[in-house]
Amino acid sequence: MSDERLHMELCGIRMQTPVLTASGTFGFGEEFADFVDLSRLGGVMVKGTTRKPRRGNDGVRITETPMGMLNCIGLENPGVEVFLNETLPRIKKYQMNVIVNISGATVEEYGELAGMLDVDGVAAIELNVSCPNVREGGIVFGTDPKAAAAVVRAAKANTRKPVILKLSPNVTDIVSIAKACEAAGADMLSLINTLMGMEINIETRRPTLGNITGGLSGPCVKPVAVRMVWQVAQAVHIPIIGMGGIHCWQDAVEFFLAGASAVAVGTANFTEPGVTMQICDGLNDYLEKHNIAHIADLIGKVETE
Amino acid sequence: MTLPNLTQKVSIAAEITTQAELAEKVYSLSVRAPEIAATAQPGQFVQLRILEPSFTLRRPVGVAAVDKQRGEVTFIYRAIGRGTAALAALMPGESVGVLGPLGHGFGMGYSHPLLVGGGMGLSPLLYVAAAYAGKADVLMGGKTADELFWTELFAPLGGRTFITTDDGSLGTKGFTTTLLPDLLEAKDASYDAVLVCGPEIMMRGVAKIAAAHGLPCEVSLEKRMGCGLGACLSCSIDTAHGRRKVCKDGPVFPAEEVFL
Repeated sequence: MSDERLHMELCGIRMQTPVLTASGTFGFGEEFADFVDLSRLGGVMVKGTTRKPRRGNDGVRITETPMGMLNCIGLENPGVEVFLNETLPRIKKYQMNVIVNISGATVEEYGELAGMLDVDGVAAIELNVSCPNVREGGIVFGTDPKAAAAVVRAAKANTRKPVILKLSPNVTDIVSIAKACEAAGADMLSLINTLMGMEINIETRRPTLGNITGGLSGPCVKPVAVRMVWQVAQAVHIPIIGMGGIHCWQDAVEFFLAGASAVAVGTANFTEPGVTMQICDGLNDYLEKHNIAHIADLIGKVETE
Repeated sequence: MTLPNLTQKVSIAAEITTQAELAEKVYSLSVRAPEIAATAQPGQFVQLRILEPSFTLRRPVGVAAVDKQRGEVTFIYRAIGRGTAALAALMPGESVGVLGPLGHGFGMGYSHPLLVGGGMGLSPLLYVAAAYAGKADVLMGGKTADELFWTELFAPLGGRTFITTDDGSLGTKGFTTTLLPDLLEAKDASYDAVLVCGPEIMMRGVAKIAAAHGLPCEVSLEKRMGCGLGACLSCSIDTAHGRRKVCKDGPVFPAEEVFL
């Protein structure tokens, strides 16, 4: 199938389709090579990377919840140096847009990581200021407009790559943070990260997850995500990568109508590893059926009057 | 004839050919999945998806048997939660999502391995015993004689069968670890490996005894999983070689690498 109606260019990143995969749900892309044409994706937001290796949280890390799941992996990753020296050269052959999701313990560390990743083979940097599962996951930067802006400035000062800020839904006013990041020079915004949640086993009276709380994702969060994408899209002029509970092409269409210029699929990759290809096919069919020349014609076209 | 690509994983909607209750809440499920039957190795597993929107995560289950001629794969599972209960309600003719084959299985190069299993851990060992075609013996442990059905499943596969039960209602009274030293020290014993699948406490005990007898020991670990492909890191563990993923690097590991 031709993807002509889906070609997209955002901040200089040429995308075969505006369908990406969300960080933490798709490894480094290579794990899904049996199921997905990785070069057909708009990009792979790879597993959250930190300055030093992290072993993540102990105990149970994942549990299914009604129409979704909770996780508390805790940013387990081999560190940026292993990523640069081993992972990046290994995944080059897939010719996908590699978007590196980074978390820092300090504003300076975001700048340092962004600088280290300003290399060939990296398409963009995604700033994770919204991991609910670790203290150093940046959530302190993601819940305050000034701190989020400082992280954006630090990254922008150290890289020529497009900088995407990933917004947390665990805030009172997501729009104020989005606007502060745009003003600080963010090239794009991605939203939403997981919603903080918790499950208790009523027999043992213990939390299911080893870290007590975790990040809620899956179809159950989609209405929250659509609402936040819509609100943010009213307030900023930079492109939005919408995500949160997308598991079929119909969900993706909603995000475009709400104002997203691209979408990312997360939890649904666990349910069906090839789901992103089905979503691309479904978007093509939808555009053709409705005589819409290009996916860009859908962006922000929700009618609220 | 083209050889199957042994590392290729598939995700298919597989038709159920048989669903049978072997014992209370223990089911044997067979599906038509020729791609998986052709390549699955003993000790590997699949991720089953109940094809209904309210299930977000798949359920990992070991491969208990394959029939390459008929293109069928069999799993044995216990209905313990919402997912496995829904699985048990599926009828022949209906479909279930099968993602696999996944992970790394047991070593198949031994000349006379002893398989040790407890509870549902005996399920993947069925396929190991079948593949060893009579060259493997099995030591199985259960709570009571109610778990007799396992002996019937292992009987046609050749090899000798040893049984322990916690209450002594069948075989030797005690645990697999009670009988294991006798088996390894018997005059005619010629075991060259111990392959284990069962509760972690049992596997640790067995591994210790195997090590004391200088025998290689492989254990099959169980951990909550998300993707099953090594991407989500839900099933990361510490090993002698650093962090590893049960779904991709395991589920079978040399005991000394994971029981530190």
